[in-house]
Amino acid sequence: MQNDARPKHIGSRAQRLEDPRLLTGAGGFVDDIQLAHSLHVALVRSDHAHARILAVDVDAAGDVPGVVGIYTADDFTAKPLHATSRMKGYQSTGLTALANGKVRYVGEAVAAVVAESRYIAEDAANLINVSYAPLPDLVDPRAAAASDVLLHERHVSNVLVSRKFARGDVAEAMASAAIRVKESFRFHRKTPLAIENRSYLADFNKGKQALTLYSSTQVPGVIRDALAEVLEMPGHSVRVVAPDVGGGFGGKASLYPEEILVSLLSRTLGQPVKWTSDRLEDLLTTSQAFDETVDAELAVDKEGRLLGLKAEILGDVGAYSIYPWTAALEPMQVAGFLPGPYQLANYQAEVVAVATNKTPAGPYRGVGRPAAAFVLERLIDMAAAKVGLDPVEMRRRNLVQPDQFPYRTGSGIVWDQSGFTDCLELACQGVDYPALQAERNAARRAGRWFGIGVASYAELTGIGSRMSAAPGMPINTGTETATVEIDASGAVRATFGVASHGQGLETTLAQIVADELGVQVGKVQVIHGDSAAVTHSTGTYASRSTVLAGGAAHLSGQAVRAKVLEAAAYLLEADADDLDIEDGIISEQGANKTLSLAEVGRAVYSEMGRFPLEMRAELDLRATKFYDPEFGTTTSATHIAAVEIDPETFIVTVKRFLVAEDCGRLINPMIVDGQVHGGIVQGIGAALFEEVVHDQNGQALSASLVDYVSPSAAETPKLEVLHLDTAALGTLGGYRGMGEGGTIGAPAAIANAISDALSHLNINITELPATPERIYRLVTAAIEGDA
Amino acid sequence: MIQKRSVTITVNGRAHAQDIEPRRLLTDFLREDLGLTGTHVGCEHGVCGACTILLDGASARACLCLAVQADGREVTTVEGMGEIGALSLLQEKFRKHHALQCGFCTPGMLATAHEMLTDGAPLTDGEIREALSGNLCRCTGYEHIVRAVSEALHERLGGQAITGPVTGRALDAE
Repeated sequence: MQNDARPKHIGSRAQRLEDPRLLTGAGGFVDDIQLAHSLHVALVRSDHAHARILAVDVDAAGDVPGVVGIYTADDFTAKPLHATSRMKGYQSTGLTALANGKVRYVGEAVAAVVAESRYIAEDAANLINVSYAPLPDLVDPRAAAASDVLLHERHVSNVLVSRKFARGDVAEAMASAAIRVKESFRFHRKTPLAIENRSYLADFNKGKQALTLYSSTQVPGVIRDALAEVLEMPGHSVRVVAPDVGGGFGGKASLYPEEILVSLLSRTLGQPVKWTSDRLEDLLTTSQAFDETVDAELAVDKEGRLLGLKAEILGDVGAYSIYPWTAALEPMQVAGFLPGPYQLANYQAEVVAVATNKTPAGPYRGVGRPAAAFVLERLIDMAAAKVGLDPVEMRRRNLVQPDQFPYRTGSGIVWDQSGFTDCLELACQGVDYPALQAERNAARRAGRWFGIGVASYAELTGIGSRMSAAPGMPINTGTETATVEIDASGAVRATFGVASHGQGLETTLAQIVADELGVQVGKVQVIHGDSAAVTHSTGTYASRSTVLAGGAAHLSGQAVRAKVLEAAAYLLEADADDLDIEDGIISEQGANKTLSLAEVGRAVYSEMGRFPLEMRAELDLRATKFYDPEFGTTTSATHIAAVEIDPETFIVTVKRFLVAEDCGRLINPMIVDGQVHGGIVQGIGAALFEEVVHDQNGQALSASLVDYVSPSAAETPKLEVLHLDTAALGTLGGYRGMGEGGTIGAPAAIANAISDALSHLNINITELPATPERIYRLVTAAIEGDA
Repeated sequence: MIQKRSVTITVNGRAHAQDIEPRRLLTDFLREDLGLTGTHVGCEHGVCGACTILLDGASARACLCLAVQADGREVTTVEGMGEIGALSLLQEKFRKHHALQCGFCTPGMLATAHEMLTDGAPLTDGEIREALSGNLCRCTGYEHIVRAVSEALHERLGGQAITGPVTGRALDAE
């Protein structure tokens, strides 16, 4: 920062600027927006996983009073949109508003009813009959990979992505290893389950031939660019606004058919058209994730040092390759992050992503890192047991040491620098590891099934243009923008393309701007989530907003500060270098004269001729800057969990959960803690409760929140979070992204804790969620095996 | 043609007389007919709790209530609890403890917490979690919500609030 003073606002537990409206029910979520003459959509969705559509009979439905129109794919000429990739052998799939000719998953929308109310639309939808010719259901990914039956007829197989990579000599490492541990791991499907269901309101202005789409999306810029292409409209006439959004977690980070649909309908009908998902539709059609089988083997020497790791990763990516990320997104990240934060030179992985007749897979908090951490952290504990090492000691010996950064992993990812070992030690101190072990040992002697689990992980966050989630995907994730401006009243506005949906960016970005300008946090109005408000942006995903938008905020804040001081210097007849701004008041060192920002704003904009002509051509109090961190940075943590299992019900209770994390410089510790807490609980859900189930015919069985169980406060322990507050080296501001870590470390830590609790039965947790039924089966098999 | 019923429903102290279809949900009546969009819809089957309001002072799921069932009764929504610049005790504690992130579950949390306050028992951490178990949140992990509710309960009712483990920093470098 330009002034050398210690930042006043960055690092403080500033109260959130979002809170007043959200606490008083005055938020504006998409479904809250009620435009005059709006029409409402109900969708007829496939109950077949794989079938040709023979006919759609709408006669009775069309007679229902209040129905304005009924639409199928034939009514639209918009071309299918493909998520592109340069990856060799990648097969793309086309995204359309409604299913065209065939359906590929239960829940895929076939027909749309537009009516004066959602009630009437649903009445009519119930009268629509779709006749199908069923096709073979491809539900098991291995069977789908081998099958001649194709989900997408122009494909050569159902394998959408297939990659191999190797570094070092894994075969040699395996052959020479004293100890090898090998397992097949299964992480079952999840859905992000934001409490706000997806909702879209399209408002096509006939007079201006311009569309505004209010979307509960994380990525308004992505949606806007995609819609301009699909609708064949110039970008200046397509605006996507993400207002208040009720959580996303990745499930709102892709383009959805319904976004295209309501836009087409509004343009056709010349009235606003709204569709709000109900929870059943959310469970059927919001993108799902974590559906992997990983066969992996780890080789270690007799001191427990990691020698080699090999893995075969099978990703079940559902019926379509998600736009814009592609189906490669998660499986490739499993492979990329599997070597973890450890010293490991020899690594080999094969990745296959297979299309099946299930909901399309997409991003969910952590993406491939939760599965990667689960697999590696279990293998490390398994190896530790064979070597005779405590799990913490095993990690201590193998984590990348501080003097080894930057460290290139076996997958090619480079850890620039992060406190891997510091986090491990801090976590152990935080729980008082020896005391926790003593507690576990005493519980065990008393016959209780009590276990401790540790998990360490690392990830890349705040990635810039030199890193791509999927090479050749159709979006630019490497840059963000910020515009800071001060108006004639001295009011400060900061505009960004990122889209906050719970992470408090209206506050944290305001804290940065407040420090750069010298104003109070509450005086900075943050605009976000509006594609028309910025030159270009994508949105909020991949733990990027603090680093990228924050970096841009620093740059534009500094630039505006310089302009303010230039103007103030003229007005005060002083030297700009002698001026300072604090709480919006500009003062000169050693002098009595002050100016408020309001006075400067008025002078610049409203007092005609106040400044000399030669100053005025460039005189405004506004700057737009862009920031690309190029590589981004490393974020890491160690999670420690203590669990107890009821030997009669097999219910796992998480008794204690502590995280020690390195997330770089903290802007707002309260908000950072909140992010970690939320991620941990989603991780607990992933480890113990959450599973999207499709039966052998691809029928979606997780149809309500009674089937898909998300943790409540009663299933959640007190959460403890410790931070290393050390600035990252490679990012402007020293920030690291940190929103996803909770889901990355928690399933692994809990899997290790459960395995520890059941170690007396030699049970190894290799499948999540570890539901009571799964634990019951493992325990019964172990006991019967001993009988 | 569905025959409408005439009802009078008092919401946040104001009586509203309307003719509505018997099948109309209370959530839709509040949100669309009265424009009170603070009550949110998360599941429409009574599990997530986002739609929780107070019906004659007791918590109820607005998504499982037909609006006609509220005829002659009093509904309190989040809009009736406090306003910007004059937050209720619970709203103030939620703000202080960062007990909300996206804000979508918050009105329902506040309604349930409000009932805990009026029920008048100073609760333990476990009891608060049990009482909140009918309100799902995906953002906060509940930690800060529990602290906010605990502090509100103990301020109103006396006793010792739960203080969370303090966010710690790493041990100072040597």
